[in-house]
Amino acid sequence: MACQDCDLLCRKRPLRVGEKARCARCGALLYARKPNSIERTLTLALSALILFVLANAYPLLDFRFQGQTLEISVISGVWELYAREMWVLAAVVFVVSILAPLLKILALLYVLLPLWLDRQPWRMARVFRWIETLHPWAMTEVYLLGVLVAYVKLSDIATIVPGVALYAFAMLIVAMAATDATLEPETIWECLETQR
Amino acid sequence: MNRVPPLSAARAALVRCHACHLLSRMQAPPPGGRVLCPRCGAALHQRKPDSLARAWALTLTACILYIPANTLPIMTVVSMGYGEPSTILSGVQTLIVAGMWPLALVVFIASVAVPVLKLLALIYLLVSVRRKSRWRPRDRTVLYRITESVGRWSMVDVFMIAILAALVKLGSIATIEPGAGALAFAAVVVFTMLAAMSFDPRLIWDAMENPDER
Ligand SMILES: [Zn+2]
Ligand SMILES: [Zn+2]
Repeated sequence: MACQDCDLLCRKRPLRVGEKARCARCGALLYARKPNSIERTLTLALSALILFVLANAYPLLDFRFQGQTLEISVISGVWELYAREMWVLAAVVFVVSILAPLLKILALLYVLLPLWLDRQPWRMARVFRWIETLHPWAMTEVYLLGVLVAYVKLSDIATIVPGVALYAFAMLIVAMAATDATLEPETIWECLETQR
Repeated sequence: MNRVPPLSAARAALVRCHACHLLSRMQAPPPGGRVLCPRCGAALHQRKPDSLARAWALTLTACILYIPANTLPIMTVVSMGYGEPSTILSGVQTLIVAGMWPLALVVFIASVAVPVLKLLALIYLLVSVRRKSRWRPRDRTVLYRITESVGRWSMVDVFMIAILAALVKLGSIATIEPGAGALAFAAVVVFTMLAAMSFDPRLIWDAMENPDER
């Protein structure tokens, strides 16, 4: 195999569970062996999907000011930008905070569920390639930091109560990071090779 | 001990699939066609196509957009009929004046330090590859990896505006109007991310392998 960052040829050797192989020239992480990768990633992706639904169905923040209450959710922020004819900005926020994370979770489930049942999903190679493309555009963790900044900025002019979605969002970030950590792309691609 | 000279896949006439990482033998493409990966069907390229030209174009676009991103207001807080436009820098300043130091630091790093350093890093990497620099390739690869992974954090301000914009229904007290600066700023983040993606770090190492070419 060859290193993705410097193109050095490396001999692939079997690793023990928990070991990682790094490039001898530039230090890039080449591949790793993780215990029960497919099963664990599948469980984590399923929990991520549930948390994603919760994070988008409930309000993030309850804003209380002089007897008025306003619930802010992920989609209401996008909707207000769109309503003010800032539709490009609304589209960017929609894609990186809602669409890309959702598609990434769904694509993972689509590939992993059949593999776990020893079946080959239809067009697996194409769907699995999307996951890598979507990865940099799913900015869930950055979005949460943006919410926290807004929270602190507003906290001295009004009472703000964190909503259910805020907690779901925090857990979603943990679940998505864990999914990335347990996923072993090399194993998935080898499944494709052996089943052809 | 004999040192085996490092051999890259390119020199061994092999090509690595960018999607599934399979190594396969380099082939001449059929006329008008492309060579596809035997395992996953992605188009095979020795290096990312037009890496330098694309990365330069995207980086320069981001540099130009960086000017309106900082001079135009990212939002205007209208309260009691009086509007107060704020730019990215004045937003940081307001936080410092209000004594919110940790928050000011977070916003400063995400919205000012990261975009500037990212643009400088991209320009430096592009210039060093063009000049076939042989200086500390490993450190330059690490610089590339950091540049690629850290840029997303600059979106914090854009997301904050999206949250504040949702407060429109409290119109009697104050409204927050997102400004054109926010759009320019989001565009800077997107274009620098695209630039980092189109840059191929293997070009850094290609200069190391042809000592006689220099
Ligand atoms: Zn390497
Ligand atoms: Zn492939």
